[in-house]
Amino acid sequence: MIEGAKWKKWLWFYLPMGMFILGLLFPFYWMAVTTVRPDRELYRPWNHPLYSPFWTTHPTFDHIKNLLQETLFDRWMWNTMLIALAATLISLLCGVIGGYALARLRFRWAGLLGTAIFVTYLVPQTLLFIPLADIIRDYHIGDTPWALILTYPTFLIPFCTWLMMGYFKTIPKELEECARIDGATRWQAMLYIVFPIAVPGILSAGIFAFTLSWNEFIYALVFLSSPEQKTVPVGVVSELIRGDVFFWGPLMAGALIGSIPVAIVYSFFVEYYVAGVTGSVKG
Amino acid sequence: MAKVLLRDLNKTYDGVHAVKDVNLEIRDREFVVLVGPSGCGKTTTLRMVAGLEEISSGEISIDGRVVNDLAPMDRDIAMVFQNYALYPHMSVYDNMAFGLRMRKFDKPEVESRVRRSAEILGIQALLERKPRQLSGGQRQRVALGRAIVRNPRVFLFDEPLSNLDAALRVQMRVELKRLHDRLETTAIYVTHDQVEAMTLGDRVVVMKDGVVQQEGEPLELYGRPVNRFVASFIGSPAMNFAEVSIAEAGGALWAETGGLRVKVPPAKAEALRRHAGRHVVLGVRPEALRIAGGADSAEYAFDSVVEVVEPLGNEILLDVRAGANAMVARVDPATRVKVHEKVRLAFDPERLHFFDPGSGAAI
Repeated sequence: MIEGAKWKKWLWFYLPMGMFILGLLFPFYWMAVTTVRPDRELYRPWNHPLYSPFWTTHPTFDHIKNLLQETLFDRWMWNTMLIALAATLISLLCGVIGGYALARLRFRWAGLLGTAIFVTYLVPQTLLFIPLADIIRDYHIGDTPWALILTYPTFLIPFCTWLMMGYFKTIPKELEECARIDGATRWQAMLYIVFPIAVPGILSAGIFAFTLSWNEFIYALVFLSSPEQKTVPVGVVSELIRGDVFFWGPLMAGALIGSIPVAIVYSFFVEYYVAGVTGSVKG
Repeated sequence: MAKVLLRDLNKTYDGVHAVKDVNLEIRDREFVVLVGPSGCGKTTTLRMVAGLEEISSGEISIDGRVVNDLAPMDRDIAMVFQNYALYPHMSVYDNMAFGLRMRKFDKPEVESRVRRSAEILGIQALLERKPRQLSGGQRQRVALGRAIVRNPRVFLFDEPLSNLDAALRVQMRVELKRLHDRLETTAIYVTHDQVEAMTLGDRVVVMKDGVVQQEGEPLELYGRPVNRFVASFIGSPAMNFAEVSIAEAGGALWAETGGLRVKVPPAKAEALRRHAGRHVVLGVRPEALRIAGGADSAEYAFDSVVEVVEPLGNEILLDVRAGANAMVARVDPATRVKVHEKVRLAFDPERLHFFDPGSGAAI
């Protein structure tokens, strides 16, 4: 390598990259530090002789203990997991079939329908929750997991459908035609040929859907009321902020533990996820 | 083995009339090539035979049975696609076995058929690989293997060689021909490459704008093109054309244009007499031109200036200009000519073609 190019690479690549990573990871670091920081450092830290804002010399697990014993955190985790998985499954099923139809079948208004589905995705949830609240009351599913399992697909299905439609379009249609000449029906061609090839796309749609439902706040806040039905994002906020008192330690512990499942899902499927979003099928 | 019959076949979609009244009879065991420029309707015709495209009007029958409303799977055909369409998530073995499994063949039969087809194509060693681990030529073979393993009544080929490099294409062309001789299955082959069409086809069908221009054996198309399009499409380098006027002088007909005056051969004189005093298009293939010698009659020779010399080794192509007309002559490699030199070219009177300037039809 040419000598002059080395510092240039540092200046234009590693330095910005490092700052970017630092910026992205800092909230997580802050979450972790606050989780293990004792209360006397958290509140009125100026009274503490050895206070340093970026680390602590007296790490403690009190906040985590407090979170698990004093609140219904384990219950919230379970609720969130159940709701996110169920909503993801429903949305994937509809999204995959819908995406296939929009990508492959030639029918009247196919283009218009695709656009219409996309437009529904653009309707903000902050508007949609008002009519949805009405529907949920009419069906008597308020304050049950079904309230979220059935409403999350309203924004997940359009999203999954569009992602899958894009992915299916990258799969050469000759593959299916060949399968149909080979003796497969349209359903068999879909099942044996198209879906196995679309696995990266299906996985990335699933990861996205799972993350969106895991982090969803407003519907969960509106449609659930009793503490034992809540999801992590709502439970942590509503139970650990009382009036103007912020229980920062347990709050951050909840946020940290709550983000672990999503991190695990991402790290396992990151390769599929990248392939799914960039959409590449090599013949 | 089967006879395929296309009757008054039409296809229109989105207001485009892609295939117009195509009538074609493909005999049992015959290798028929559909050839034409892109957008001529050849692939659409093939896809209608495959059942991948709905038929707007007309009829397709295989072995006497009308297949218009049969699903692709029920037509007992196999198709090889331009991009091979190998199933990327399956091994070569599974790719070839897929059609058999779909048709509920039992396991030993699947195994023996796949092995036998792999042997025919020399891909036994590749059976466990995935398509992405194969070269272009190997993928092509697997695609062929997937077609022959079912022993279908008709093979359909949709430009199967156009994704290969030139050397491999020539090699696969020979292999395809050999394979057809061995399997004796009726085959319909679509290509835009006239060399492929000429070398592979028992019969060649030239299409343009959805209409069949001419069908016949390769040399028949070459020697007696029915119109100017077929004449220019078949043969490389293409036939030379010059617009000439027909004049009568001294009891004979003469075709004249600036820098060129040749006698109309007696065999053509009768047909051309009606065009006397009018313009027609004269066509002469590059190989029908040669450097004139002392024995050549002045009636079938003309002077020209060499503009480009293309020595190809086995022949030399001379791009010459005779008056306003640019022509290509294919001459003996021993010929010594230089650029800007004057040469006198003679042609074979038997191999002159005349076309109507309006309709393009041969006269």
